[in-house]
Amino acid sequence: MSVDTAAIRRIAKLARIHVEEEALPGLAAEFNGILQWIEQLQQVDTSGVEPMAGGGATALRWRQDEVTDGGQAEKVLANAPDREGEYFAVPKVVE
Amino acid sequence: MTRLTELTLAQARDALKARTLTARELTQAYLDGIAALNPRINAYITVTAEKALAQADASDARLAAGQGGPLEGIPLGIKDLFCTEGTRTTAASRILGDFTPPYESTVSGNLKRDGAIFLGKLNLDEFAMGSSNATSAFGPVENPWSRANDPAKRLVPGGSSGGSAAAVAARLALGATATDTGGSIRQPAAFCGVAGIKPTYGRCSRFGVVAFASSLDQAGPIARDVTDCALMLNSMAGFDPKDSTSVDVAVPDFAAAVARGVKGLRIGIPREYRMDGMPAEIEALWQQGIAWLKAEGASIVDISLPHTKYALPTYYIVAPAEASSNLARYDGVRFGKREPGADLIDLYEKTRAAGFGAEVRRRIMIGTYVLSAGYYDAYYLKAQQVRALIKRDFDLAWEKCDAILTPATPSAAFGLDEKHDDPVAMYLNDVFTVTANLAGIPGMAVPAGLDANGLPLALQVLGKPFDEETVFAVSGAVERAAGFTAKPQVMA
Amino acid sequence: MSYTLEGKTGPWEIVVGLEVHAQVISNSKLFSGAATAFGAEPNSQVSFIDAGFPGMLPTINEVCIAQAVRTGLGLKAEINLWSRFDRKNYFYADLPQGYQISQFAHPIVGKGEIEVTLADGSTKMIGITRLHLEQDAGKSIHDQHPSKSFIDLNRSGVALMEIVSEPDMRSPEEAGAYLTKLRQILRYLGTCDGNMDEGSMRADVNVSVRKAGEEFRTRCEVKNVNSIRFVMQAVEAEALRQIEVWESGGTVDQETRLFDTARGITRSMRSKEDAHDYRYFPDPDLPPLVLEQSWVDAIKASLPELPDERRARYLALGLTPYDVHVLTLEKETAVFFETVAKGRDAKLAANWVTGDFFAALNRLKRDISDPPVTAEHLGELLDLVSDNTVSGSLAKQVFEAMIETGKAPGVIVEERGLKQVTDTGAIEKVIAEVMAANEGKVAEYRSGKDKLFGFFVGQTMKASGGKANPAMVNELLKKMLA
Repeated sequence: MSVDTAAIRRIAKLARIHVEEEALPGLAAEFNGILQWIEQLQQVDTSGVEPMAGGGATALRWRQDEVTDGGQAEKVLANAPDREGEYFAVPKVVE
Repeated sequence: MTRLTELTLAQARDALKARTLTARELTQAYLDGIAALNPRINAYITVTAEKALAQADASDARLAAGQGGPLEGIPLGIKDLFCTEGTRTTAASRILGDFTPPYESTVSGNLKRDGAIFLGKLNLDEFAMGSSNATSAFGPVENPWSRANDPAKRLVPGGSSGGSAAAVAARLALGATATDTGGSIRQPAAFCGVAGIKPTYGRCSRFGVVAFASSLDQAGPIARDVTDCALMLNSMAGFDPKDSTSVDVAVPDFAAAVARGVKGLRIGIPREYRMDGMPAEIEALWQQGIAWLKAEGASIVDISLPHTKYALPTYYIVAPAEASSNLARYDGVRFGKREPGADLIDLYEKTRAAGFGAEVRRRIMIGTYVLSAGYYDAYYLKAQQVRALIKRDFDLAWEKCDAILTPATPSAAFGLDEKHDDPVAMYLNDVFTVTANLAGIPGMAVPAGLDANGLPLALQVLGKPFDEETVFAVSGAVERAAGFTAKPQVMA
Repeated sequence: MSYTLEGKTGPWEIVVGLEVHAQVISNSKLFSGAATAFGAEPNSQVSFIDAGFPGMLPTINEVCIAQAVRTGLGLKAEINLWSRFDRKNYFYADLPQGYQISQFAHPIVGKGEIEVTLADGSTKMIGITRLHLEQDAGKSIHDQHPSKSFIDLNRSGVALMEIVSEPDMRSPEEAGAYLTKLRQILRYLGTCDGNMDEGSMRADVNVSVRKAGEEFRTRCEVKNVNSIRFVMQAVEAEALRQIEVWESGGTVDQETRLFDTARGITRSMRSKEDAHDYRYFPDPDLPPLVLEQSWVDAIKASLPELPDERRARYLALGLTPYDVHVLTLEKETAVFFETVAKGRDAKLAANWVTGDFFAALNRLKRDISDPPVTAEHLGELLDLVSDNTVSGSLAKQVFEAMIETGKAPGVIVEERGLKQVTDTGAIEKVIAEVMAANEGKVAEYRSGKDKLFGFFVGQTMKASGGKANPAMVNELLKKMLA
């Protein structure tokens, strides 16, 4: 599989990373180099192999339903680049 | 008298307990070293001298009262991927800006609980993505070692925990925390002539550690020698209910295992690790290591890990995929850097373009691509299946051996100006280390010799899940046999 | 006769499927220990996990798991002993992690069904495709500032059950009936409070139209509709829009739309114009969710009686279908009724609860959780009626006095001397007085003017202060006037 500049543009959009038009061909070339290298996985016969999703543990541990957190609006907001009162603020969104 | 910074962690601990040394003296010695050398080595992004001295005084008070934890008064550096309450945490990225966590990572908290002193936050590849520490937004770290035949050439310390390894090697910290996603503890430890262990996945809590690839990330120590690593890991490890992937198993006395010896152990030698084009001196070092362990009473077993060659491409699907999602939270809304935008989407795109460096942007985009509609099965699902096969290779190998010995890296440290043009060539640095992350098993790098240019080389010991004790036992034997005493050219 | 909408080209059938987001009743959030209560100060119920801070990790709340399983069992659905959480990746200001933790490939609950009753009394089975657990997002507020949106993360991370139906509904009424029944079941189970005003239950409505006998056509999703009435309106509005598109030679594009409640139309959602590519993958922070069959069985054994079962039981008691309907609509009403009816005549109890008691609720604008008369007192009043301590008409007076004073009916009857007179001598004495005072009328009656009997009953009851037993008054009057 190989990608063209249109695909890179779409991926950059999905990843919410601005990429200048003139940088697209270079990125596409890099991508193709990496993807070509990754392509060797297709040689592996994986029929019937259960995918390994996580790093190890086989079952979730359950937490008790208790309120142990929160009540710290100031700490939550302290690092915000923009805030209005007790809210985070972002440029207006039109739904 | 020996210079204070020459003491190992174990020696310093004993001297502190015996009150022949104060934590303040020791901490001041390290801070002096940092002041002198950090401008060149660039191992620290942030130095917290005042806090360190205050901690040192508190440690001295406890030690004077006959109290104190197992690491009381020990000055450590903290990789700047661990959130530290009240101290800026950057992940070596511009995007976090002056983010100051209102919480402490479990691992750094455990070290504090045991009396350790934090000298500051150590440099790394941005978001731990790299093998040379060259992707840091705070500039590269210089390896304190240099080539005998080209002493002026600046070498990389390896990565991503380049600041951790360089600081320990240059005596700018008695030990350091680090993290390892594909080799980020073992490769820089090898490049800098120090020891480092990536424990079993689930051994150390990931809570409060900035995530790169959640199913692979694991914290561990880098320290002067194997025993020091064991002492640090004893404090760092432990079950944490705040991390759903933390495993509830007892933490044994790792330090006690170092001297255990290898008599009767079966050491596996995986034939697939004999890579094409591997330098002769790496091969020679490996054979030397085999001979050492045989001489110590281990039996050597030829084993096969047939999917080894697929480990790197598997890793370069799994890790970027997880990273693309883990790094979505850096959006300029709640913390960190924000670039103004015409609207919210524009704000996101500009913030992330300006905040992330080239390698991080590349990996996020690769990860986005392999997860995107139409490609998931061909890439991500396939990689998960191959990952399962890689793990199965190890599961089968453990039927024949108790630990595995391999080289740690395919070469010694390279130049700061080398290998940066081709991402794939850079990725090959992790060829021997990445399998342990995919399989979730422990692996340790032990300095074992020097190459023709006088640069350190290391061997890697891999072990069964949650059998770090055997890894320490084998590593201890390698260390004793190797008698590695060489020192870097630049040292405090 | 099936429901259709008439277009220029003839009748169109509507196809509706619902995705209901129901907020799980729990103290703390799905993956953090922050509180879930409604209406708190902005960002005051937010952990660093909910705010997507660096290095934060999720841990799962056991009650949320139990609630999902309880709901699944209530929907007669398959419980999956192995399920898994995936990440749904997209950027939005109120989605702090940049992904929503949800269950995409392996939900905790599989196929189930709900029987709904329609206005004509017929019933219909609506299939449930699945139920899965997921995190809610935060809240964006767009109307507080000319150029900024405000973000409150209190909701961020609250556990939701997404309950997905099959596209089995064919009319606005069926969609409304389904939602009403689902809400009723959730409230019976105690797994969601069903409070649509506070957003604890919202529906995404999938609508398409087709000609009779056709395959499904393209559907549109109307997002976040927050009342049953609006769901019914949105179905019709969206169906009419699509019919117009098809009939004017266009094609309906699959898209996400919003229901404009003020104008009664749907409109395309600008913020969702981006092609959806959620890049689902298993959340590496969360190992699989594994349930023990015995644990599921224990929940099953502890399930409360559900509306269908309760309805069947009430019908068997001889209650009218109407009474059964209104008494089972809300679990609290049924519990109230059963307390009143306990050890008493069920029909009498039903008459009182659906009659005077409901009238009082309406009049006083109270609801069943805050009744003006307790179920115990109402039951005692019924006892006084049954044993003839008070007459039916006096009982109504007593009931009003109970509302005013909050006192037990026995106390009121005692204090106000409302006890029914059943002493023959006493009643005869009153009748004699009435006859003495109305000698002329007695004579008229005796001469054949039978109609006057009612007059004597009224006078006697009046003279007794309403306390005389009416049956006895009748009987004795007949005897004494003869």
